[in-house]
Amino acid sequence: MEEKTKVITKPKVEVILEEEERKRLKEMPLWRVRLYLTWREIRNNWRLFSENKIGLLGLGIIIFYAIMAIAHPILMKWVWDPNIYDPIVGYSYDEVLQPAPPSFRHILGTDPLGRDVLSQLMYSTRSEFALGILAAIITVTIGTTVGAVAAYFGGIIDTLLMRLADLIIMLPFVTILIVLSALFKMNLIILAIVIGILSGFGGTGIVIKSQALTIKVRAYIEAAKVSGGSNWHIIFRHIIPNLMPLSFLYMMFSVTSAIFSEAVLSFFGLLNIRMSWGLMIHTAQTAGYLLNPKTWWLIVPAGLSITLLCSAFYLVGRALDEIVNPRLRKR
Amino acid sequence: MEQKDGILVQVENLKKYFPITRGIIFQKTIGYVRAVDDVSFFIRRGETFGLVGESGCGKTTVGRTILQLYRPTAGKVYFDGIDLTTLKGEELRRMRRRMQIIFQDPYASLNPRMTVGDIIGEPLEIHGIAKGKEKRERVMELLQIVGLNPYFINRYPHEFSGGQRQRIGVARALAMYPDFIVCDEPISALDVSIQAQIINLLEELQEKFGLTYLFIAHDLAVVRHISDRVAVMYLGKIVELTDRDSLYSNPLHPYTQALLSAVPIPDPVVEERRRRIILKGEIPSPANPPSGCRFHTRCPVVMDICKEVEPEFKDVGGGHWVACHRV
Repeated sequence: MEEKTKVITKPKVEVILEEEERKRLKEMPLWRVRLYLTWREIRNNWRLFSENKIGLLGLGIIIFYAIMAIAHPILMKWVWDPNIYDPIVGYSYDEVLQPAPPSFRHILGTDPLGRDVLSQLMYSTRSEFALGILAAIITVTIGTTVGAVAAYFGGIIDTLLMRLADLIIMLPFVTILIVLSALFKMNLIILAIVIGILSGFGGTGIVIKSQALTIKVRAYIEAAKVSGGSNWHIIFRHIIPNLMPLSFLYMMFSVTSAIFSEAVLSFFGLLNIRMSWGLMIHTAQTAGYLLNPKTWWLIVPAGLSITLLCSAFYLVGRALDEIVNPRLRKR
Repeated sequence: MEQKDGILVQVENLKKYFPITRGIIFQKTIGYVRAVDDVSFFIRRGETFGLVGESGCGKTTVGRTILQLYRPTAGKVYFDGIDLTTLKGEELRRMRRRMQIIFQDPYASLNPRMTVGDIIGEPLEIHGIAKGKEKRERVMELLQIVGLNPYFINRYPHEFSGGQRQRIGVARALAMYPDFIVCDEPISALDVSIQAQIINLLEELQEKFGLTYLFIAHDLAVVRHISDRVAVMYLGKIVELTDRDSLYSNPLHPYTQALLSAVPIPDPVVEERRRRIILKGEIPSPANPPSGCRFHTRCPVVMDICKEVEPEFKDVGGGHWVACHRV
């Protein structure tokens, strides 16, 4: 008897809650409903994401570097003496020999020119983030548009765009960047644009196109056509919003590739940039300290940062992949 | 078939061939799938025209070609006297206000990233009929018409059951108050208990708004219930077309007879005597249809002439059209 009442009462409670929620939604204006539903989606996705320990590790690393990037200007203003700690023109008068090993004053030592390594590392973090995110946004904007357009229109447009993509994939990425940097002065913004174009018209575009092909044949696209929607209406209202999860995922991966390319170019001294992790290794190399284990603080912090931040974005990307592709989920 | 009064949709010698291509850069056409091959019929204003046939026989393609979702290879589609096949761009868009479609799969036919309000209001916005608050009110009214709570307007499709989703699909089709709706197997993906609800809704709306339906289905019992006239398709062709009662009581084409013999009868005495005509073999490929009568490879009463000469689609009296040498 008791069991029976339990069975009956339980769904009732749920229904009441739902009713309450409905009432709450009923009175809200549309933008607040949207906000509420988005928030609920984020909360659900966060629950899935936080189950993935590797993704959390990646996120932790990204947050750590973000704090470093934010902390640098604050430290420069109130804690560090700009004459000594400036990442580009500072000089440590306290040390007799440059590069000086890590000490209390310079936690990661100084470089061959007497500049504080920690300050350089933190200063560069900001530009790495800026580069990575800018390149990712450009990549995904181009990739999503190219993918959606190629998939939707098909025919000659598809053929042209996809053969172009094959061509770009065939070309060696770093070599092109080196050639381009020889032709004109590369700074971070130009680098981000070049990476965005190469990756957007290349690999990212192809992956997004294959996803767009599966969306193109859904019935709601036909419904929009019957309703009189123009091609661009269908692409921007229906196809691209449904590509967004995948695009967002590829944004993470392109951050990784952008930071990596920047490191390579800076290491060769081909980038017109004031300070970056690659440039720090470049400085060590030109002063002849590259393979000297006794001066590890010149190489390890920058090298480790490149590796860590690249893998962190990659790991977050993998974890997001599980949210975007339910088939990859463990349960 | 000559133009008559009270005819809303007239299809004349409609053909739709899909090319089979090969090649990576330069695509070469190596053949055609003859999805619809020379189909003619008309639909009267306010009636429900049933279209039945096996899967793959081209009935969905007929529906979509009428709506110009697929451009026909040949033939004409007249809608209220206007030839749709020659219309383009803005003119076609304007005509599209008057015709709509309801899809088979309610799970794929609603964009998961749009709210119900945006989905139903989309045609209104595209045609610039209503925006903002006005659109919202109209959508709420439409939701009420199809038997849903108007406050569902801010919800997303995944929050609904199959039957509710199909109602949303119906509301979207109704948004422009069209004259003509293609129902592309609107109930095939639903539970039996929900099927009846949707059928009743469609009938109710027909009465209320004077709608004309092209009802595509493979469920003969449902078609019998809802249709005024029925056409039976086989491999891209209409083999028999007549009003509902004479089709079900007096089927003339052997394919129609075989189809109807497969329907169980809810009367044990009659059911006992039901003799099933079991067709041999598979449905042939529409890329390479048989010569002569397309049904001759499976026909239980095949004659020599069937293999060579294509039967004419002719009126045997009282608007009962059939394509068979035996008739």
